[in-house]
Amino acid sequence: MTSKAENQARFGVPQNSMVFARGVRKSFGAVEVLKGIDLNVPTGSVACVIGPSGSGKSTFLRCINHLEEVSGGVLLVDGEFVGYDLRHGKLHEVNNKLLCQRRADIGMVFQSFNLFSHMTALENLIEAPIMVKGMSKAEAKDKAYALLERVGLSAKADSYPRQLSGGQQQRVAIARALAMNPKVLLFDEPTSALDPELVGEVLVVMRDLAESGMTMVVVTHEIGFAREVGDQLIFMDRGVVEERGEPREMIANPQSPRTREFLSHVL
Amino acid sequence: MNRAETQTPPPEALTVVPLRHYGLWVGTVITLVILGLVLKALATNPAFDWPTVGKYLFHPSIMRGLGQTLLLTVTIMVLAIIIGTIVAIMRLSPSRILNAFASAYIWFFRGAPALIQLIFWFNLSLIVREFSLTLPFVGTLFTVKTNDFMTPFVAAVIALSLHEAGYMAEIVRAGINSVASGQTEAAGSLGMNHRLILRRITLPQAMRFIVPPTGNETINLLKTTSLVTIIAVNDLLYAAQSIYARTFETIPLLIVVAFWYLFVVTILSICQHYIEQYYGKSDQQQGVSMGGMLKRAFRFGRVAQPA
Ligand SMILES: Nc1ncnc2c1ncn2[C@@H]1O[C@H](COP(=O)(O)OP(=O)(O)O)[C@@H](O)[C@H]1O
Ligand SMILES: [Mg+2]
Repeated sequence: MTSKAENQARFGVPQNSMVFARGVRKSFGAVEVLKGIDLNVPTGSVACVIGPSGSGKSTFLRCINHLEEVSGGVLLVDGEFVGYDLRHGKLHEVNNKLLCQRRADIGMVFQSFNLFSHMTALENLIEAPIMVKGMSKAEAKDKAYALLERVGLSAKADSYPRQLSGGQQQRVAIARALAMNPKVLLFDEPTSALDPELVGEVLVVMRDLAESGMTMVVVTHEIGFAREVGDQLIFMDRGVVEERGEPREMIANPQSPRTREFLSHVL
Repeated sequence: MNRAETQTPPPEALTVVPLRHYGLWVGTVITLVILGLVLKALATNPAFDWPTVGKYLFHPSIMRGLGQTLLLTVTIMVLAIIIGTIVAIMRLSPSRILNAFASAYIWFFRGAPALIQLIFWFNLSLIVREFSLTLPFVGTLFTVKTNDFMTPFVAAVIALSLHEAGYMAEIVRAGINSVASGQTEAAGSLGMNHRLILRRITLPQAMRFIVPPTGNETINLLKTTSLVTIIAVNDLLYAAQSIYARTFETIPLLIVVAFWYLFVVTILSICQHYIEQYYGKSDQQQGVSMGGMLKRAFRFGRVAQPA
């Protein structure tokens, strides 16, 4: 049995699951930030996560690609632990090389873009494919130009991040994540740092991605996006999933009073 | 609306009367007077003996000394940058022991005066007579007497590299710390490992903060190397001293030495400017051109304040 199949049998992972969390806990020192998160994101679907600031949304995303280690629970991406291998009932930390390989399959888009500021847009896109995947420079460039075109920025290939607007930077950042051919893309409030008139251009790209079948976990305050693009909506509050459901239904008719209160603020 | 306002002409017709900076004028005049006095003294005081300065400016032993000074500066700086970067990376590592070692290194080698370290290494044979490599079952492979390899030049290179590396470690550490943590995270999420992130993402961005103080350090080091005269390394100052010990033309020879130091410092400053421009190229604003800088430095009266 492969480790993937073994994990799936052992933890009751549904078929076709890309991200699977069961009872995920995370503490910083004595403070427990995540108190048992359950989530299943099927391949090709979009999960939107909303919730007040400090509720643990970013921490959960960072746990998914092992930028943070979980303190407890099971967190699988494509049926495998990201930072561990399960052998004989014990979780063995994987070596750096394997961890990097697995991270390369999990794209992440940050609130503050985090483009490499000493590189042009094109260089940002080809860096990891060449250095991590060992792709040839010519192939990486071809692919990068295609991706820049996809996010509508062919003309900006040679611009440095500082010369781009926030919306353009975020589109380059999305293209950079896509250049690694990730299995899943994590978005941490991708439009929160943008001027209102620039939000739309980023959401268009994300919607296009969702329609092309990309598996996405999106932390956002854009309720409209969650309603129209999301396949499921998760409301996180104080480290727990307070409510979850089909986005339209949940937004129209929230069950929990806390969800109702939160939605009344952001709608 | 009162009369005065209705009579005011439209704004485009108004002339601007600049504020008169009387203090600035007085200061400028005083400076010019002092400058004149200094130039007169330089030109007329026989102690300066300009013909002798000219005679020794390109004297072969002065040239050899200059070469030795440059060789020392370059060798020491290259070693200091390598050692300093390693110490800085240790200082930033999560390992407590590496961290403590690096802190101790910086504390000691930066803290102890360069002159004392120099004399110490030169006299190493007083502590360690010889170095030998002995392997079990094989026996002693080689032995060298400390005095045989610890020449004045080697002592100078070791002492000043270790000293300078203490400064470089702090400069590199500050540079690395100045890079936003989001850059490392983004790189990590793309599957780049620690070493790759350091080499491709963190260090190149840190360079913008590392280059200017490193330039200053190089200039400083160039002058600090004159300390090596104390252990008889034949550098620029030592060469001049050897000559005026015989001829008593002390002041002209010191002028020759000062001239060459200033000349090299000027060259280094120009190089530094271009290196800074190179590492700042991802900035949108254009770097100030050398011509612009000179123009600004020598403009009479008020110098425009850079924004
Ligand atoms: N590295 C950290 N060390 C200590 N506390 C942290 C750390 N990261 C996040 N936290 C805390 O965890 C809580 C959840 O943070 P976060 O996941 O960023 O929330 P959200 O993204 O929902 O606003 C906050 O109270 C925050 O202060
Ligand atoms: Mg957050």
